[in-house]
Amino acid sequence: MSLLMEQALNGVQLGVTLFLLAAGLTLIFGIMGVINLAHGSLYMIGAYAMAAVAAGTGSFLLAFPAGLAAAGIAGVLMEYLVVRRLYARDHLDQVLATFGLILFFNQLTTILFGRQPLFVQIPDFLNGSVMIGGIVRYPVYRLAIIAVGLATAIGLYLLIARTRLGMLIRAGATNREMVRALGVDIRLLYTVLFGVGAMLAGLAGVMAGPILSVQVGMGEQVLILTFVVVVIGGVGSVRGAFIGALAVGMVDTMLRAYLPGLLRQLMAGPDADALAAGLSAMGVYMLMAIVLLVKPQGLAPAHG
Amino acid sequence: MDDPSKKSGFAPRKNVRSVLLVALALVLLAVLPQLAELFDQPAMVSLATRIVILAIAAASLNLALGYCGLVSFGHAAWYGIGGYVVGILYKHYVSGDPLFGLPLGTDQMLITLPVAILVSGLFAAVFGALSLRTSGVQFIMITLAFAQMIFFFFVALKAYGGDDGLIVRRRNILPLIDARDGATFYWVCLFIAIAWFALLRRIVGSRFGAVLAGVRQSERRMAAIGVSTYRYKLAVFVISGMGAGLAGALMANHARFVSPDMLHWTQSGEFMIMVILGGAGTLLGPAAGAAVLILLETQLAAFTEHWQVILGPLLVLMILFTRGGLSGLLKLLRGGSNG
Repeated sequence: MSLLMEQALNGVQLGVTLFLLAAGLTLIFGIMGVINLAHGSLYMIGAYAMAAVAAGTGSFLLAFPAGLAAAGIAGVLMEYLVVRRLYARDHLDQVLATFGLILFFNQLTTILFGRQPLFVQIPDFLNGSVMIGGIVRYPVYRLAIIAVGLATAIGLYLLIARTRLGMLIRAGATNREMVRALGVDIRLLYTVLFGVGAMLAGLAGVMAGPILSVQVGMGEQVLILTFVVVVIGGVGSVRGAFIGALAVGMVDTMLRAYLPGLLRQLMAGPDADALAAGLSAMGVYMLMAIVLLVKPQGLAPAHG
Repeated sequence: MDDPSKKSGFAPRKNVRSVLLVALALVLLAVLPQLAELFDQPAMVSLATRIVILAIAAASLNLALGYCGLVSFGHAAWYGIGGYVVGILYKHYVSGDPLFGLPLGTDQMLITLPVAILVSGLFAAVFGALSLRTSGVQFIMITLAFAQMIFFFFVALKAYGGDDGLIVRRRNILPLIDARDGATFYWVCLFIAIAWFALLRRIVGSRFGAVLAGVRQSERRMAAIGVSTYRYKLAVFVISGMGAGLAGALMANHARFVSPDMLHWTQSGEFMIMVILGGAGTLLGPAAGAAVLILLETQLAAFTEHWQVILGPLLVLMILFTRGGLSGLLKLLRGGSNG
């Protein structure tokens, strides 16, 4: 029971991390019509900036905003220099140009920080674990990730549903041309939105830093999972991104936790572990295939 | 994908100059091993073999991407599966272990290549049937995700090397000729490539090719005139996957090594770059794109270990400022307007 509870919390934690990435990706796609492969790079930039500042100053409280700022600035620059010119292009051009950006960012990071992964200490005030409901001890840091992720999800909902910016975002997603025709400075809106998406990706990277190793290539690993989330949830839908992220986080975590045990009852230990690792890595893609068979537009499509 | 500026899917009208150019290029390609010997550049043959093989893969992707508008970001999967067919058959040939309970191992290229084509076509059919339920950006993401899934499958496949891949210690053999000789294998690849390009030309010029072009320009219109577009898209996706599998099988023979790296998503990206670089929806463009990208990579890699930091921005600039890939670049250099 306590293992199940712990794994469920792990699933939620992976889910909210994926949500932060998927929300940015799906908003940017839904409104600007741009598919941004370099979204994972922003996640990596957030994590690296955080790791570098934490190593330099020893302060998590400085490193946290530094990571966010680095991702945000990188995102705004990316929009201003490259992505802005891709709005009118087809998806193919967008994919290739942002693929070029990934090559650049990955190699630049290798030059700056080397190939060795960086490790970041969990800050003291978030270290340790607490009992939850008398059933399971759970690390405070992971709970904090869940809390921040959920708070961001609520904040994002309020931003989109209740503010003027959110109104423009919704209007832009429904009919871009009409919003432009009504005199909204759409360029500024796009840049702001891209920056917001970048900061969400950076936030995910910053929070993942202390529990994963910070290394080149971390962005693409998570990017492809994010794509799965977006496809499952429905492209352009933030609500779908939330549902999809939790589903993917949960399925992935549960398969990794329980599949080796199940398979070990059927075959020898090392074989079972290898097969289980493979199957659980494939699990979320199977989930995506099933969702597609039933609902090709995703679970919560953006329009209709 | 309904960009009217793109060339139509029909075979370009013959003109004498382009026929002469192609003939000249073919002659040069055919005598390349001799030239390499003449200029004392033995590495050139191996490099040229790689380019010829990758040109097959890029041209196959181009059939789906350039002619039919199916932006597949997962072609490395079919390429890698083709490679693994060669690797797995060879492993069973050497060890003598049965495969599926049958003594199926072999190192005969006349068997391994067709099997590689069939198996990758089969996988492309299954995953294509699923992926083609979507279109546009979802299709891009899904092909990428499925390819990643197949990548993880091979990483986990410990019986065939897992992460480390499989070594094909000796190249597959052909009757009568010695494919283990570098120059001979180059000619074999060149011959297969020419045959594949000729087949693609037939496909593109056929009624089937006309439907593909129609689907690219406006799928809705094609559906409205009574064409069941899904079947055509699936067919072209499978043919395209078979071509990539063929290239993978040749590459496994060339490199004498297969590993999950062949299925890595950056490989899919490279195929797309080759297609765009050379010009999507043109017959020979992907071959030119493959040559330029591989030569550029080799040159940059000789110059610095961190060549991607140069290649990435080059790619971005190319997409932003020269819409038609190399031909757009040439136009730009001549001072003409692009687009």
